[in-house]
Amino acid sequence: MSLKLEDLAVGQEIGTRSIEVTRQDLVKYAGASGDFNPIHWNEAFATGVDLPGVIAHGMFTMGSAVQLVSDWAGDPAAVVDYQTRFTKPVLVSDTTGTAEPGAVIEVAGVVGALDAEAGTARVDLTVTFNGQKVLMKSQAVVKLTKQSTPSEQ
Amino acid sequence: MTINPDLQGRSYPAAEVYDVGREKIREFARAVKATHPAHFDVEAARALGHNDLVAPPTFAIIVAQRADAQLIEDPESGIDFSRVVHADQRFTHHRAIVAGDQLRAELHVDGVRAMGGGAMITTRAEIFTVRDDLQREPVATTTSSILVRGEGQ
Repeated sequence: MSLKLEDLAVGQEIGTRSIEVTRQDLVKYAGASGDFNPIHWNEAFATGVDLPGVIAHGMFTMGSAVQLVSDWAGDPAAVVDYQTRFTKPVLVSDTTGTAEPGAVIEVAGVVGALDAEAGTARVDLTVTFNGQKVLMKSQAVVKLTKQSTPSEQ
Repeated sequence: MTINPDLQGRSYPAAEVYDVGREKIREFARAVKATHPAHFDVEAARALGHNDLVAPPTFAIIVAQRADAQLIEDPESGIDFSRVVHADQRFTHHRAIVAGDQLRAELHVDGVRAMGGGAMITTRAEIFTVRDDLQREPVATTTSSILVRGEGQ
């Protein structure tokens, strides 16, 4: 891992990512995660329980947003803590049979805090859909200190 | 149906062993649109110092939600799964999850509070492996709050 704490500053941007989502992606996530709640794949069921339509799994949004941090850190295992609140649903339109996404989630990350003693950086993610924040207090803590190896001493 | 307030403080012992397989890591990584080579290529994972493929930062949700199912399916809980909304989620990794791990999860109900006609329930899954000397090795702690919406919410 090449990131060093002394090279980072609070407020520094780590990058952005757009995530296109289709109904098929939600079916894939349901299968991969084991969360088969029909609100994530069946329109009639979703509206029947007073939702505006089929919504993405909160964990799909959380899971896909953090890839920005994994890639920045250089090692997904460096993400030692990751939390979020789910505040608004991501409504995914049915675009089956077309090349259009059913929703686009935008992710941006900035360094929110540095802890020299723990050797960690906290990345604060802004995750929006249709211009509204869908995650709040979305924070990933990245371990920056390397295991010392003989070649580095 | 109302949520049983006596759930608070209840715990459910580790009921099964979850074998973390390489193809499951790859499938989950694709489902959250992760592209880091450490999820797909064993040599890339080993080059970063890991024994095998590294699971994405939210992979533990599979194990945590299986543990949560014990509570949701408990007839004494009074939880209607179709009215469950995920409110918040946190992962604290004590070490990375890698292919070959045999994970167990012990579930704790840390909080139950009435909200309108529904309830907010906070659970914690302690995910661990059992070493050859039968000692637990902590792997991850996940905490999750679910809102069980009352009628008309």
